[in-house]
Amino acid sequence: MSKLGNLGARLHRGEVGYDFVRNRKLWYGISILITITAIVGLAVRGLNMGIEFQGGAVFNTPKTTVSVAQAQEIAEEASGHDAIVQKLGGGDKATLRIQVAGIDTKQADKVSAEIADKLGVSENDVTGELVGPSWGEQIANKAWQGLGIFLILVVIYLAIAFEWRMALAAFVALIHDITITVGIYALVGFEVTPGTVIGLLTILGYSLYDTVVVFDSLKEQTKDITKQTRWTYSEIANRSINGTLVRSINTTVVALLPVAGLLFIGGGFLGAGMLNDISLSLFVGLAAGAYSSIFIATPLVADLKEREPQMKALKKRVLAKRAQTAAEGPATDVPADDELYDDEPEDTAAAVVGPRNQPASRTRGRNRPSGKRR
Amino acid sequence: MAAPKKGRKASAQSKPGRSLALILIAIAALTGGMFASGHTTPRLGIDLAGGTSITLRAEAEPGQESAINKTNMDTAVQIMERRVNGLGVSEAEVQTQGDKNIIVNIPKGTDSKQARDQVGTTAKLYFRPVLQREASGGAAQPTPSASPSGSPSASPSGSSAKDPAKSTGSATPSATATTQGRAVTGGLKADTSPSPSAGADGDVAKLQAAYTALDCSKPAQRADAGKDAKPGEATVACGKDGEVWTKFLLGPVAVDGTEVKDAQASFDTTRAAGWQVDMKFTGTGSKKFADITGELSKQQSPQNEFAIVLDDEVVSHPYVQQAITGGNAQISGSFTQEEAKSLANMLSYGALPLTFSEDSVTTVTAALGGEQLEAGLIAGAIGLALVVIYLLVYYRGLSIIAILSLLVSAALTYTIMSLLGPTIGFALNLPAVCGAIVAIGITADSFIVYFERVRDEIREGRSLRPAVERAWPRARRTILVSDFVSFLAAAVLFIVTVGKVQGFAFTLGLTTLLDVVVVFLFTKPLLTLLARTKFYGGGHPWSGLDPKRLGARPPLRRTRRPSAPIETKEA
Repeated sequence: MSKLGNLGARLHRGEVGYDFVRNRKLWYGISILITITAIVGLAVRGLNMGIEFQGGAVFNTPKTTVSVAQAQEIAEEASGHDAIVQKLGGGDKATLRIQVAGIDTKQADKVSAEIADKLGVSENDVTGELVGPSWGEQIANKAWQGLGIFLILVVIYLAIAFEWRMALAAFVALIHDITITVGIYALVGFEVTPGTVIGLLTILGYSLYDTVVVFDSLKEQTKDITKQTRWTYSEIANRSINGTLVRSINTTVVALLPVAGLLFIGGGFLGAGMLNDISLSLFVGLAAGAYSSIFIATPLVADLKEREPQMKALKKRVLAKRAQTAAEGPATDVPADDELYDDEPEDTAAAVVGPRNQPASRTRGRNRPSGKRR
Repeated sequence: MAAPKKGRKASAQSKPGRSLALILIAIAALTGGMFASGHTTPRLGIDLAGGTSITLRAEAEPGQESAINKTNMDTAVQIMERRVNGLGVSEAEVQTQGDKNIIVNIPKGTDSKQARDQVGTTAKLYFRPVLQREASGGAAQPTPSASPSGSPSASPSGSSAKDPAKSTGSATPSATATTQGRAVTGGLKADTSPSPSAGADGDVAKLQAAYTALDCSKPAQRADAGKDAKPGEATVACGKDGEVWTKFLLGPVAVDGTEVKDAQASFDTTRAAGWQVDMKFTGTGSKKFADITGELSKQQSPQNEFAIVLDDEVVSHPYVQQAITGGNAQISGSFTQEEAKSLANMLSYGALPLTFSEDSVTTVTAALGGEQLEAGLIAGAIGLALVVIYLLVYYRGLSIIAILSLLVSAALTYTIMSLLGPTIGFALNLPAVCGAIVAIGITADSFIVYFERVRDEIREGRSLRPAVERAWPRARRTILVSDFVSFLAAAVLFIVTVGKVQGFAFTLGLTTLLDVVVVFLFTKPLLTLLARTKFYGGGHPWSGLDPKRLGARPPLRRTRRPSAPIETKEA
């Protein structure tokens, strides 16, 4: 545990750290590969839409002693699709309403006969009818519309609160998460229910949230970047990822643990069901969201920023200065020190940890809670 | 260390006790309210608790069998969905079954009678000029001006200030029982609307006879009155004035209910008319309405009245004193709040293209067995336990604050959701339960961000109390920016979408708001308070704030270093 604590401290001081930005090509590659797999899965297998979206057939049985669970099994066997079974009315007069997705009139008769046979009732007593979707086109259209408006607004907001590059990167990360999640659905072949859609929407909010937290730290660290000549933009971006790494890991663990519980424990108890549908989309989406906020979004911002003339000039200056320092004396390696805004090279000798990443223009002592009495 | 009180703006920072007291009082109040109202659990959706299933059958008008087609059925499904699930949080489901039926499933605990009235009512609304009216059934009494319904009057609402305030105390002169043959005939033929007026005198005579014969106090006759009236022709209808049935002879439709753009129930305080429905007309509707009211204002009573006819029954017959322009009108009568709301709801979402009759009403069991919810809750609990263990191991003493914050958050969410059941019909379905479990992660994130900031400050060599204060502004900004994104999603989706997505948006918005509330009013003040204790403030090894453990370095101050800003710009 103490190791972990120390690791946090060393990450904080930038003594240790993984170079996320340098290996960005690798992360992009991995993501592109997964995304392509997902898209292929979608194209080949397609999504298996539930009864709420495409309608299906409903069978009403006469009163029966068969339990709901048994009837569900029978119906799923007969049709090869998920079935929703409800008891209508109460007591021993209860009849069953069995809804099955993805069935047309021709199959309905066959399934109806099979259900009647299994329940031990006459075929004429089981009525089969087609049902329309309860999640109709109107709901779907409005949902798309809402999503579109939200995405436009959020990109505008991020562009104002941060800058357009970050908005773009956050957007790419978001699309990446959603594509991967939907693709996994196609590959696993789970039925898409309203629960799935709700899960997807939850991810959408969460993925952005996660990215924004990392970006917020990035913005803070790079505020006065052009006033120093020690680090390039990419390096600072990298440090900000490392600085928020502990938070990212902790948050992801805290969010994933309950969902993993739902998926593995809940799913393990019950086999397939609504719980599985939702928790799978949440699990995949949360994992993808955490991954993309670290490995995709921030390196992408660094990539875009490094193309700015300002940043190019900065990089030149930084490299020139490093070459100069190296020439002056090999004793001063680039120290692990937090002074980003220090323009005097001599200062680097003292390994002092000062307040991190703060712009130089500060009115001293304002609002100092400590009062500095020691 | 000096107390951090210099130059503080927010009282939350210098008076942590106050915010803590506030949030604890809020929890106590909500819990008290929950027990007082008797709704101690959130209402569950059909998928978890079952409910009532209503089957409605479309009735074809004679000669219009072709009206029952897919398009009309789909339209009807949409309208019913909106009516029964206006806010999108009640989890009602509406779908077609076969060619002629529509199934409406409403969760347990919803007022099923009200829902049945709402979905089954066609809500065809017409404005027709009144030609004659008289009390019907029993003695022909004058219109009771002392009854609560008094004389409903149409008044321009929200129109220009040129309209003089009207005194509405005047009682409508009671209708005389003498038939004003000539005036009626004129009225029947008067071209008050663009639609062709009634035809030959034969029709007029027939209608007059029907009117004379009509007895509105008999339900059978009432149901039949004006049943197959065509919009372009005059008709008879029944209505209720207070406790008295009144029969009406009405002219052709002047304005159609489809011209109503939007309607809302409101409580009228200025004229003490009680609950009323405010309507906004579309552009053409406004013009037609201005024309007819201008026309009517020149007439004598009762012919200066127009009847608002809903599904062949007169709900109100206000008189007009002047042309009502501006496209707004009110229906006031002796509505209860429920009636006004449901009428407004129906007017807003439009009339059904078909007439439906109730085929059957049965209870249905949960669509997903109870074991799904149980497993979900067990799995969620196990997941939460793991979270608690993880936090304990990583944050030690600090995790107490985290766990308490989670508990406060959970208590707030639970009580608010329970209370929203009876107030706005909020029902919780399985996806929402899972969403709430994920929301735990988002809530936890807020204080993880804050804790990490505090620990960073300690690593800089600060002692705990200043660290807590200095870490807050930055952590606050991060929390607000990221929560704003979540809230934006919730707000946009809630405004734009319908049905389940809207319900989801509501839940997301609620949990996001609560997240901010808990962090600001609970986590931060609690940490400020605990920072004063020896255990935390002294950096006990188990407090999670031990400088040594965190790898802090002693502050060697060589030069005067600029210090961090306390008041950062809020995004």
